Amino acid sequence: MNFKLKDIGPQLMTVIAVVLVFGFFTYNAQVNMENRGIDFGFGFLSQESSFDVQFSLIEYDGSHSYFRAYLVGLLNTILVSVIGIIFATILGVIVGIARLSPNYLINKFAAFYVEFFRNIPLLLQIFFWYFAALRALPLPQDAEAMFGISFLTIKGLYVPAFIWQNFDIFFYSLVAAIISIIVIRIRAKKLQETQGKQTPVLLISIGLIFILPLLSFLFGGVRLSFEVPVLKQLATTSFIYEGGVSLPPELIALALSLSLYTATFIAECVRAGIQGVGKGQKEAAASIGLTPNQVLKLVVMPQALRIIIPPTTNQYLNLTKNSSLAAAIAYPDLVLVFAGTALMQTGKAIEIVSITMFTYLSLSISISLFMNWYNNKIAIQEK
Amino acid sequence: MFKYLKQLTSLVAMVAVLFTFTTESMAAKKSKTLKNTQKKGFVRCGVSQGLPGFSNADAAGNWTGVDVDVCRAVAAAVLGDANKVKFTPLSAKERFTALTSGEIDILSRNTTWTLSRDADIGLTFVGVNFYDGQGFMVRKSSGITSTSQFKNGISACTNIGTTTELNMRDFFNSRGISYEPVAFEKADEVVAAYDAGRCDTYTTDKSGLAAQRTKMKNPDEHIVLPETISKEPLGPVVRQGDAVWEDIVRWSLNTMIEAEEYGITSANADSMKTSDNPQIKRLVGAEGEMGAAFGLDNEWNLRIIKQVGNYGESYKRNIADTGILPDRGPNELWTKGGILYVPPSR
Repeated sequence: MNFKLKDIGPQLMTVIAVVLVFGFFTYNAQVNMENRGIDFGFGFLSQESSFDVQFSLIEYDGSHSYFRAYLVGLLNTILVSVIGIIFATILGVIVGIARLSPNYLINKFAAFYVEFFRNIPLLLQIFFWYFAALRALPLPQDAEAMFGISFLTIKGLYVPAFIWQNFDIFFYSLVAAIISIIVIRIRAKKLQETQGKQTPVLLISIGLIFILPLLSFLFGGVRLSFEVPVLKQLATTSFIYEGGVSLPPELIALALSLSLYTATFIAECVRAGIQGVGKGQKEAAASIGLTPNQVLKLVVMPQALRIIIPPTTNQYLNLTKNSSLAAAIAYPDLVLVFAGTALMQTGKAIEIVSITMFTYLSLSISISLFMNWYNNKIAIQEK
Repeated sequence: MFKYLKQLTSLVAMVAVLFTFTTESMAAKKSKTLKNTQKKGFVRCGVSQGLPGFSNADAAGNWTGVDVDVCRAVAAAVLGDANKVKFTPLSAKERFTALTSGEIDILSRNTTWTLSRDADIGLTFVGVNFYDGQGFMVRKSSGITSTSQFKNGISACTNIGTTTELNMRDFFNSRGISYEPVAFEKADEVVAAYDAGRCDTYTTDKSGLAAQRTKMKNPDEHIVLPETISKEPLGPVVRQGDAVWEDIVRWSLNTMIEAEEYGITSANADSMKTSDNPQIKRLVGAEGEMGAAFGLDNEWNLRIIKQVGNYGESYKRNIADTGILPDRGPNELWTKGGILYVPPSR
């Protein structure tokens, strides 16, 4: 016996307690379900769902399976989370920096924004943006065209659809551009380290990403045309747009409210990060002759990011989980489609709620793992 | 002789004691729900989150509606007081889980009786208290007067977790019309979105359309189309596995309907005790032992009629007088051209 009971005792007790609690719940659920004549099983996933969903990224209708309906909901959740995260990050960084601005107006405006939006419950904001937008937006027949091709109406945002010819060639040209940029960056870094030569990497990158796809248009036979939405009459006062791509107002309202809400928290993370870098660091950097841009890029940001990343990860996770409020405004996310309609039609409450919980857990853990990896990458490497 | 008599009486007494013991404990033993309800002192009833005419709470928190009256009838029968009901408002999504998990004992929430619900998920439907069908509401200004004028691309607002969603798909699919379903979790949001112009049509049970229309900004701007696209028999539901409780709820509802058939109202119920018609006397507890099998006293049905009223009174009070559906349509007695027909209490 090498190990002491004192060391593993508490751990053993914890494990036993956890197993007992879960065992009790499982047993309890089993007994109660048996008493009430409810079967347990996942066979329903392959059955025909027989309900339609408003908005789907993959091909779906009621003749597909419940599993397919699950995927539709999952992808819609991911879609709104990704859009939300991107916009919340952009807005959050801008507002966070604005809060440090010496300009009184910008500074106070950013502070007002943060305090206002983070102190109102998110569900209320979602209702506000959804119903305010619904009341404010014009009916399809009254909508003014934006740039002559897009229409923002009560039934959604209608934008032109891209119609590609030889899309694969365009795609390969883009991949080629990205690969060459990576290669050039690595070479530029080596050049800087060995010979102290600076290469204008950014300029070259921008050039590549435009020029290669442009070449594919000129010589590769790639053609792009647009399908502009056209107004169609359904009844005397009822119209829609046909053709093009339509984004439902539910998606727009949800993405908007999630971004505006989460951006306030990210702004505070960014402000904390920048303020967390000692003033002496900037002064020292300036004293060895770095330009203000270099100070920001080489000295302040790398240190600030270390402070910003962990709390921002939390905000990304919150945003993803908050997206489940979608059910309130009919955006067909995982909760509405799967834990809502599918649960109701099958009555498989325990199975569906477990799958949904497990899915959110997996989504959150994936975001966590990615952000932890990124955090480790920028953390101080002790040598 | 005396000795034998003594033995005989003790034997009879023993048998009698045994017999009463078994009958008494059988009903109580058989129905855990009844026992729990009597112990708690109130009936736990799941209702909607607000559907005028069916289950709707006023500003003071008093619930009214024909669905509410089913629960009140059960309370009158089981506890002697129709007001001893605890109402739990439930969304369409939550309702069955609340019932199967034992949070409520009766679900009386405009719920459609279908095969899969009855057979699959641990529920038992006990009857129908409203015969309904799914319909469509549109704006008058749209010029649409029939579902045959629906065109590709129409958007339809509705609730999730209902048979409505499935019927809607069947309806549009069978006609080859593409449509955009916009499904909300709560009825209030459906109404608000439709009212704002998000959808061209609002679809749910016709009684629901009539009731929700009263909540719109300008009820007169909307019409319910004449077509009915589905059968929606709405009725109370109980958990599977408690046959006595199931019978109590079923016969509380049946009593209300049969009372109307025989002209017994809350006003004249007491005087009907001396009626010449044995069927009427059975319905007011003046003849037969109509409560014993449930483990209830003999006047359980009289209390229902006196405290809640018959089905006709309930309909008039909740649905007709509120202007929701003045015409009873199929929800008229079979003797008056409707389809309300219940087995006899005897």
